[in-house]
This record gives sequence, structure tokens and C-alpha cells, in this order.
Amino acid sequence: MNEMVDVLIIGSGASGAAVAWSLADTRMKILCLEQGDWMKQSDYPSNRRDWEARVFGDFATSPNVRARPTDYPINDDNSPIKVVNFNGVGGSTIMYTGHYPRLHPSDFRVHSLDGVADDWPIDYATLEPYFTENDRMTGVSGLTGDPASPPRQPPMPPLPLGKSGARFAQAMNRLGWHWWPSDTALATTEYEGRAPCINLGHCTPACTQGAKASTDITYWPAAIRAGVELRTRCRVREIVTNERGMASGVIYHDAGGIEQFQPAEIVILACNGVGTPRLLLNSVSKQFPDGLANSSGLVGKNLMFHPYAQVYGYVEEPLDSNRAPPLCLWSKEFYETDPARGFLRGYTFQFGRGVGPVTEAITSAAYGLLPWGDGHHHAFRRLVGRRIGMSAICEDLPEAHNRVTLDPILKDGHGIPAPKIDYTVGENTRRMMDHGIARAKDILTEAGATDICVNSPILYGGWHLLGTARMGTDAQRSVVNEWGRCHDVKNLFIVDGSIFVTSGGVNPTSTIQALALYVADSIKQRLATLFD
Amino acid sequence: MQPDPTTPLSPAEIRDLRCVAAVMIPASVEYRVPGADDDVIFADILASLGRDLGDVRHALAVLQRLAGGTFADLGAARRAAVADEFRAIGGASSVALGRVILQCYYRDDRVVRSLGLEPRPPFPKGHTLEQGDWSLLDPVRARPKMWRDAP
Repeated sequence: MNEMVDVLIIGSGASGAAVAWSLADTRMKILCLEQGDWMKQSDYPSNRRDWEARVFGDFATSPNVRARPTDYPINDDNSPIKVVNFNGVGGSTIMYTGHYPRLHPSDFRVHSLDGVADDWPIDYATLEPYFTENDRMTGVSGLTGDPASPPRQPPMPPLPLGKSGARFAQAMNRLGWHWWPSDTALATTEYEGRAPCINLGHCTPACTQGAKASTDITYWPAAIRAGVELRTRCRVREIVTNERGMASGVIYHDAGGIEQFQPAEIVILACNGVGTPRLLLNSVSKQFPDGLANSSGLVGKNLMFHPYAQVYGYVEEPLDSNRAPPLCLWSKEFYETDPARGFLRGYTFQFGRGVGPVTEAITSAAYGLLPWGDGHHHAFRRLVGRRIGMSAICEDLPEAHNRVTLDPILKDGHGIPAPKIDYTVGENTRRMMDHGIARAKDILTEAGATDICVNSPILYGGWHLLGTARMGTDAQRSVVNEWGRCHDVKNLFIVDGSIFVTSGGVNPTSTIQALALYVADSIKQRLATLFD
Repeated sequence: MQPDPTTPLSPAEIRDLRCVAAVMIPASVEYRVPGADDDVIFADILASLGRDLGDVRHALAVLQRLAGGTFADLGAARRAAVADEFRAIGGASSVALGRVILQCYYRDDRVVRSLGLEPRPPFPKGHTLEQGDWSLLDPVRARPKMWRDAP
């Protein structure tokens, strides 16, 4: 039998890495179980000539397409947005683009300010020191002085504007609309041993240069130096509880497929908005017949994705294309609520730069812009290198019918029931997306683009997995309390995107990691009375 | 009965695949590029089918049905008409067939050079990105605070 540990963390991604690093200074015995492998930068797509093709294969964002042995299948047939993630040390930070805004203060008070959903039990000010700490650990690039975002001090300068950014900036200035260089998790200078970005332009399917802050190269080296053990190829099947209703450990399948029991004093879930409810719902016992920590019935409910409304077009002049990070600028012109727009809450525009020739050919063929036959070459030369576009990251409100359950048939390679997604885009979000598409067309037209294409919602756009084990002070209306401890199981904590109460209209990784650091600090401050 | 998804394409299927690749992307004298049926490019296509093999085989079966026989045996005009019909039907297998052709064609050295690009992977050389004119931010900096305080 495995030796008892003080803290067992499940998942080594954005939040698992942060909580492991923060708790390491307690000198407790900490173990993290990760179902994937350590990644090697030499294996990443941008090392090879087939760098673009691999996003349709072993570096696809969808686990169903990628289908590595370390992935688990997800039944997302009943959703217009497919779940995307990555399973390995670093989790989905291996395959994120690194857009790194924070939630706004207003995002924590949506009911008080706008009369929708629920307020969070914590506020922006509570998280602010953890945002700052996380920016330092992650290595964030950006620029101070943004009038549309709370003050912050990114430790590195922003990515260059480039040709694409300048084109957008001029258009936005003519329209009188806000824009700002994005905060990103890309190193623009040497930072804590990380090499700076050299514009490989292929950030999402893992960064060969190591300039992108995936947690395998940020938090994990520091956590391991501080004594945390990280065990890979360990897929947790269920959390086990004792007669007192406390978590006693987990059952997992090791690298050889052998079932093991790992006892622990404290269990911390860090599997994000699909993996966490899946594990809780798979942890059924006499005492917890509806799944662990689910007396509220809310485990798996209120899934929020951030539907992406993508709009792009083509200009005459060749721009940055794939020869720069896809990240560029953001606009928060339409972020804060204005009821005159016909919807509540808001969205961020995330401006991009372009795509490589293979991606351009495949997407343009699908869109009908690229003919077969004699006209092919001429048409392609009008498209390649000339794409300019953006996505509206729309706030999704919590709706109970959007949910993660267990599929009655589908199982992973270890026979563990797979998650099933039921999701529809809400009416408020739909109106928001329509608004974003119309404004994006205004921007592209102002920037001189033609052949405008709309891709909404992005099919494989379920990057942000939020809300399925939400935080609150009322045990009947939330799964965890205001510092991440499950109401029903006093030694079980959740630190990932599933504890979001609402989604905001920004990429969530910065906030997920700040929350994880905050929960870790809350644990440290309460060690003597943690289970009271 | 469905063929084993790992069984390689038959000679007849390969002939149809090469033919549809040529219909999709013919050689161009104007742009001095080969077609997708070029020996080197087509060899790459065959070697890269991988997990798309089943979809490609299904797409070729659809093409053969539309052609009423072997697609490659049709005359040029009839091939073009069948190809149009094939594209109009669409579907996952059609998309996969197009993708395996396009992803190999647009990584061929000659084709990549004809686009004014270097035929190399992004790493380790990377690219240069100009800073741009940061004075464009001046009017944005001058705007009043836009984010809301929360109680």
C-alpha cells in the first residue's frame, strides 16, 4: 500500500501546479497524481515540417480527435461547442494560447450590479495579491495604464504590435473604440531562465522555445525543488471516503494499469470544469449516492464555456500571418454592461494575426473561398498571409441545464465512465454574440478587409470549462465554500475553473491560478482548524 | 462489409486519389508550381494518410459511385462535373480527403517557395516581428477609466 500523504492533488495543470507550489512551504508531504506524461519540447509540432498538420492529429485540441492513451473521451455530441483540453504535466496550459486577462471587479458582483446570476462570495480585492503573485510566477507580458482594466504591473513588456496590430489599432482609433496590447503568458524577454519568444507563431499546440508559460516549466520545477512529488500516468478513478464522511484517499490506475489506493489527509481536485465533476460523480458510495460533495445537486451543473464568435477577413497587404504569436491586442470597449446593447454583461475582443498556409488552405476550402481547379492558385495567393481577424469572448451565464454528467456507455481506456456534455447557448449570450459579430464586421471593414467570414460559435472552442462545482456560502446553492472547501466533505478542496460562480468575458487561466493560490493560502492560514 | 481501416489503399483507389488531387490542385505554369498529383507530393499524401485512411477510403467510394465507375477513367469534363458534385455533398470524409491533399501540397518546398515563404519549420529560427508605432496608443491612454468598481 502507498504511504499516507498529507496532501494529494489530482491534476497538474494551471491550478494543480499553483496550489502545489504554494503549499510546498508548509513542509507537508504533498503528492500530485497526473494522468498524462511529462512533455518534451523536442516533440512539439513547430520542430517539424508537418507543424500545421499535427493540429489535426496528435496535437489536436479535442481529446476525441487527439485520442492519446493519456486522454479520456468526452461525449459532446449534444453541444454546439466541443470540449478542448490537454492531459499531461501542465494540463491545458500546454495547449493554450496564453491570452492572460484577469476578471474585472464587476465580474464578482454580477447580481448586485446587473441583476443576473449570483455574486461571488469573494471579491476582486481579495484575489488581487494572488493575481500579482501569479503574474510573477507565470511571467506575464503586458503594459500598464489600460483604462479598461484594473491596474496591474506585468513584469515584461508587451508583444510587439507588428503589422497586424498596427492595422487594428488604426481602425480602432478611427472608430473611437478601446484597444490595448494584450497581457500574455509569453515571455518577451528572458525571464527566470525562460527564453524569450522568437515568433514561432504556433503557440497553441505547445511552445518549442519554452517562451509560453505552461506550468511544467513555471510552477512545477519550483514545486518539485521544494519537495512536492509528481507522479505521472496515474489516472484517478474515484475519491474514497471513510465512515466519518471524510476523504480517505483515492483509487487510481498506475502506469501499468494496476489499481492502487493512495491514502491522504487532504484531497485537492484540480481537473477543471469537466474532469472535476466527472470524478466527483464517479465517486459514489452509500453515504454519497449522488456523487461526492453533491448534496446541493449542483455538481456538473451550470457549465459555462465562453462561446467564441470569430470573424475574419482579408486585406491587400501581407501582414504578420503565422510569423508571430497569434496574440496581439484586446478590446474591452464592450466589456461592461450597457443595457442599450440588448444584452447584459459583455465580451472582450481578442485580436489575432493570421494562420499558416496549410491552415489557410483547409479553412478557406471549407468556407468556399478556395476553388478546385484552375482558379485555385490565384485565389490562394489572394488569401495567404493576408488574414486579419478577431474573436468576441462572450460571457456565458450559469444555466443549470448546461451540464456535465456521466455517459451511460462511453468509458475511457481504464473502464472509467466518461463525461457527457449537454449544452446550449443561452439567449443573452446569443444576443451578445450577434453584437460582437456586427462590431467585428465594423472593425474589419474599417481596417480595409473584404471576404469577411464568420465562425460562430467556434466549434472546437470549448477551452474554458467553468462553473460545475461553484463557490458560495450557502451549502444548498453551491458545492464549495468561499475558500474552496467542499461543504459536504471537510478535507476535500477544489481549486480549478469549476468553482467559478460566473464566467466573466475573459480567458480564465489567470483567475483560475489566482484562485488556486488564494485557496492554498486559506488552507495554510487555517491548518489548526482546517476540518472544523 | 467494411474493409479493415488499416488496410492500405488498393491500386485503383490510389489511382483515383491521385486523379482527384490533380483535379483539386492542377499544376500551374503561371505560378511555376506542380499539381498535387506530382510524384513527390503524392508520395507524401500517401505516407500521411494515417488516421484519415478510413475517411479517405470512404470519400473515394463516394467518388466512384458518383462517377459510375473508376473516377480516373473519366474524361476531363466529366471528372470536373463529378468533382463538383462530390464537393457539394460534403461531409466529414470529403473534408478529410481535401485536408490530406492540402496539408501535403502546402508544405512542399517548391510550393512554399512560390508563396514567398521559407520551406522550414518555425523552430529554431523563428521570425522577426516589428514593434510598430506605439504612439497609436495615445488616444486610448487619454480615455477615462472604463472598468466598473464593485461594491
